[in-house]
Amino acid sequence: MHMLEVKDIHKSYGDLEVLKGISFSMNKGETAVIIGTSGTGKSTLLRCINQLHPPDKGEIWLDGVNITDPKIDINKIRQKIGFVFQEFNLFNHLTALRNVSIGLEKVKGFTKEKAEKKAIEELKRVGLKDQAKQYPAQLSGGQKQRVGIARALAMDPTIILFDEPTSALDPELIGDVLDVMKSLAHKVAMLVVTHEMGFARNVADEIIFMEGGVIVESGPPKQMFQNPKKARTKEFLGRISTLYGKD
Amino acid sequence: MESLPSLLDGLYITLILTFISLIAGLFLGIGLALGRVYGGKIVSAICIGYIEIIRGTPLLVQLFIIYFAFPSIGITLEAIDAALLGLSLNSGAYQAEYLRGSIQSIPSGQMVAARTIGMTKLQSIKNIVLPQALRISIPAWSNELIYLLKYTSIVYIIQVKELTAEGKFIAAETFKFLEIFAIIAIIYLVLTIVFSTIIEKFEKKLRIPGLGEKAKIGLRNAL
Amino acid sequence: MLEILANSLPQLAEGLKTTIGLTVLSLILGTILGIFLAVIRIYGKFPLPYLIIFYERVFRGIPLIVIFFLFYFGLSLQIGLNIDPFTAAIFGLGLRGAAYQAQIFRSAINSIPEGQMVAARSLGMSKLSAIRNIILPQMLRLSVPGWSNEFTIVLKDTSIAFSIGVIELMRQGRYIYVNNPDYVLPVFLFIALIYFIMVISANKTLSYLEKKYKMSGFEIGVER
Repeated sequence: MHMLEVKDIHKSYGDLEVLKGISFSMNKGETAVIIGTSGTGKSTLLRCINQLHPPDKGEIWLDGVNITDPKIDINKIRQKIGFVFQEFNLFNHLTALRNVSIGLEKVKGFTKEKAEKKAIEELKRVGLKDQAKQYPAQLSGGQKQRVGIARALAMDPTIILFDEPTSALDPELIGDVLDVMKSLAHKVAMLVVTHEMGFARNVADEIIFMEGGVIVESGPPKQMFQNPKKARTKEFLGRISTLYGKD
Repeated sequence: MESLPSLLDGLYITLILTFISLIAGLFLGIGLALGRVYGGKIVSAICIGYIEIIRGTPLLVQLFIIYFAFPSIGITLEAIDAALLGLSLNSGAYQAEYLRGSIQSIPSGQMVAARTIGMTKLQSIKNIVLPQALRISIPAWSNELIYLLKYTSIVYIIQVKELTAEGKFIAAETFKFLEIFAIIAIIYLVLTIVFSTIIEKFEKKLRIPGLGEKAKIGLRNAL
Repeated sequence: MLEILANSLPQLAEGLKTTIGLTVLSLILGTILGIFLAVIRIYGKFPLPYLIIFYERVFRGIPLIVIFFLFYFGLSLQIGLNIDPFTAAIFGLGLRGAAYQAQIFRSAINSIPEGQMVAARSLGMSKLSAIRNIILPQMLRLSVPGWSNEFTIVLKDTSIAFSIGVIELMRQGRYIYVNNPDYVLPVFLFIALIYFIMVISANKTLSYLEKKYKMSGFEIGVER
């Protein structure tokens, strides 16, 4: 049994059909990277998986549970699905530490001390123990995103969804965030929408190429980068390597 | 000089009226603002209707209805209670609008992020949206405090013995309107200056470090 | 209920006339004085700006009813200037309104780029002519949102003239119900409705004017 199974997901906004039947699956601890031009529904797919935008059709199974079942308590499920945003979305009125601990306290029912102790551990994991007392507006973009990752990690998710986690960062800050993500590989499953081809090549177990609301091709990085089957995939990878460089 | 004790009595009532209606108005305002922003169609329409009616009519009309007209439908209130009720209901509508402006100025990503870590809508509002919105509202709140301080004076018309009423009583006996009301004007002036200074300090203390934004909300006639 | 209102209508119409008169006259006074205060505070020579700051502080810091009492009971009766309550109310509302409007106009002037004045002067305009022909027309347009807020505040606050015996809507309402105690609720609800309709239509009209006279590309809101 796969850990995550996405079966024939459709999603429309008004007349615009953004996802036209998406199916794929992931195993425990696996890292999958979704690539493709902007506006092909990659972010929408992530938001369908944690039901921020429930899909119109299709099913999503997580650890053998159909989480698209309307009877399910979605807030329970979301604890198992971490989410990291392009624009960070840290809680502006809370310190880095409280950003990480508030979910533990209010959602998981931890005591304040226990929640903050775990939060410190998570901040250590992303290399930000010294910034615990700082507020989001006092952190750099890269630091904000690492707090965002720590916030997701704290809930002990089975999978974390990353929605272009480095796109809003200055180039020199991207490395730190990617390093943190790399260190998580095989410890927690990650589904990453990104344009960082180096990360895709080196860390991913599976690359998924999306275009026009469907999956054009998927496979291990080696096959996808060196020997893509579809012409569209080849064209896209050729274009992106001139845009973003080989690595 | 011998008028001072009764002026102080009046001042006490004025301050009581100001603070109680400010606090009661805050709670009412939070309810109305949340109802307006997050309520369903019906709840939101009721909140908008209430806010628009209160803001579209003079405070004095509201006080007259509560104090003079309510007894005709069997609700009789002491003047001071009618004044407290009227001021609180009035302030609630204005505070709701300030707070709504603040809530809507908070990026939607804050709510989305709260939901992704598994908070319910109610938990997200309580832990994430409201604490930020209330901070942003402090300048508007200070404006409202000063507005209320000045407008409590009109409850004199429904016979509440606050500062202005005490002044009028003394002045009518001595016919020294200019002297007495100059003193009263100075008392109000000093209070407005003191209050706005205190709140400014308070606001600086509560400001989220690094975040300097102020909400742009249309305020009513205070300072 | 309808009969009650029909009987009260002539009296309420009289009161409404007075309310509208108070609103319009005190707004005219407040606007003209407010423009002068704003211009002198920004462009005036020492010590004029400081006097204006003091004026604004005082009139914005004390309740309207206290201003009314000082004008009517103090200046008119005690000193013996013998102004009637209606005139006292216009001066009270107008002078207080000027303090608020000066603030609206001042922030409007401050939001006009400095280059406007410089450009006017470089064409050979005198300072006064530049203020009149270049600054004021832009200031007035930028002030519409703040001014329309002020309009509804003054309209509602005319009711406080009740306290010095002006026979406006509220006092007419009081006369009616003193004679017919049963009328109290319908009459005051009706008065509330009249105010509500006036406030709503004033808001609608002014926001229409705001759109019409907006300088394209210059959508600056003026904050109170």
